[in-house]
Amino acid sequence: MKERLIKYLLLIAASLSIVFIFGICFMLFNEGLPIFRHVGVIKFIIGKYWYPTSEPPEFGILPLILGSICVTVVALLLAVPISIGTAIYIAELAPPGIKELLKPIIELLAAIPSVIYGFFGMVFLAPLIQHVFDIPVGLNCFTASLMLSIMAIPTIATIAEDAITAVPHELRMASYALGALKWDTIRSIVLPAAARGIVAAVILGFGRIIGETMTVLMVAGGAPVIPRSIFQPVRTMTATIAAEMGETTFGSLHYHALFGIGVVLFVITLAANLVVDWWVHRHS
Amino acid sequence: MLHIRTYLTAISLFVGASLLAVEEKTLTLAGSTTVLPIAQRVAEEFMELHPDVNISVRGGGSGVGIAALIDGVVDIANASRPMKDEELKLARERGVNPVPTIIANDGIAIIVHPENPIDEISLDQLKAIYTGGISRWSELGGTNRPIVVISRDVASGTFEVFKKLVLEGENVRPDAIRLASNKAVAVTVAKTPDAIGYVGLGFLSPEVKPLKVDGVSPTPENVISGKYKIVRPLYMYTNGEPKGLAKEFIQFILSDEGQNLIKELGFVPVRLPK
Repeated sequence: MKERLIKYLLLIAASLSIVFIFGICFMLFNEGLPIFRHVGVIKFIIGKYWYPTSEPPEFGILPLILGSICVTVVALLLAVPISIGTAIYIAELAPPGIKELLKPIIELLAAIPSVIYGFFGMVFLAPLIQHVFDIPVGLNCFTASLMLSIMAIPTIATIAEDAITAVPHELRMASYALGALKWDTIRSIVLPAAARGIVAAVILGFGRIIGETMTVLMVAGGAPVIPRSIFQPVRTMTATIAAEMGETTFGSLHYHALFGIGVVLFVITLAANLVVDWWVHRHS
Repeated sequence: MLHIRTYLTAISLFVGASLLAVEEKTLTLAGSTTVLPIAQRVAEEFMELHPDVNISVRGGGSGVGIAALIDGVVDIANASRPMKDEELKLARERGVNPVPTIIANDGIAIIVHPENPIDEISLDQLKAIYTGGISRWSELGGTNRPIVVISRDVASGTFEVFKKLVLEGENVRPDAIRLASNKAVAVTVAKTPDAIGYVGLGFLSPEVKPLKVDGVSPTPENVISGKYKIVRPLYMYTNGEPKGLAKEFIQFILSDEGQNLIKELGFVPVRLPK
């Protein structure tokens, strides 16, 4: 009797996630639908101007999509090499003492609230970047990417490190027995064996970066223009939703447009996950 | 079994406590982040004078406050802009009759970096900068550097007033930086030599330089006398004329004591307190 009760309680707990995801999806699509009907999906996605409160309003989110993509790509380019380098060092090379010190410090990076990152970026990093690169303003895509890459490092490095550590010891021993050096072993044996885990780490990092809101809201500059340089202010989808939801009229077109952005963001992350999933399965 | 009893005790204690809380008089406010510091400061003072009253003040933005008033979950909605037609329509459909009371005024100052040689600007030049007609400081007699135009998010009350009074309804150039708060604009202008931005008077500091607009400095005196033109009223909306505790609270804000608090916070009183 008790056994059964516990089993059902756990089943309910496990099903809750499914209820939540479907509930959120339904709500998102339901609230976003009016804007797609009013403006048209294509016009909404490739429209170049975002003036949601003007008369007449313009709901074009192409600059927002490109802003999100620009920030995410640059942040990944910065974060992935650093994170994987860190993971290899901790898993394969670091002496135990340094390993014990390094791991908690990296995990601590993940414990800093994003508003603190944003604050740091706005007050300290942005003026520095502006000065170093001699550009008109420090609040831009590059500064945001730099902050986001720091935020994504713990996610990517920790999971990649787990994947590398999980590679069976026998593989390394076999490689050494054949006369391979440490670096050859890491490059040709350990990394390929850990590839799936590392790709998973990068996907999670991607999700962390494209979904991050507070930091980009504070640091990216928020100009809804199609980016022509990484030193230009950009506006991301997440920052737009966060900045505008509070002041918009409930049930207005602008309100539905913000949900429409949520739908597009959801579809982009879902598609990225599916593509990478498919790719990993094909290569394993 | 013991666990369930503990739960039940906890729940009954909680319910009991909430019932007790209803016993004291409560007033809830929500809305504009610009009005938030005023509402908080006045609420503290009011609760000190009336210890039996509990006032809860939340931010969220003008739109959030107004939506909450329409839903009947707050007594007062704070707003840094008048209600929109859509909101009024929605309120009437729900049988709510929003009545505004102007509790303070807020001048919007045009700010630049302290090292910028420009001291004065005209409304026409300002409009040209924000809509794209002027894009270098040299066109205003300054250095030959690009102007970094800083605006607020399109949903901000400050932005809507700026758009109406300065841009005369035209759109801000798309490449203007849009920041989420007055504080963010002040910090960015203080750190960016080529920047221009606009903030509420309460956010002026020695780190930024306010410009004279058409020859008039943005001081509280000039705002009250009407010489300084970029001004907006700040509102508290109630359902119907203010009654009971809400009435007492709003009267307190409009009293000399309340208006002095508003002045201390860097906003402009609706009239000069004695």
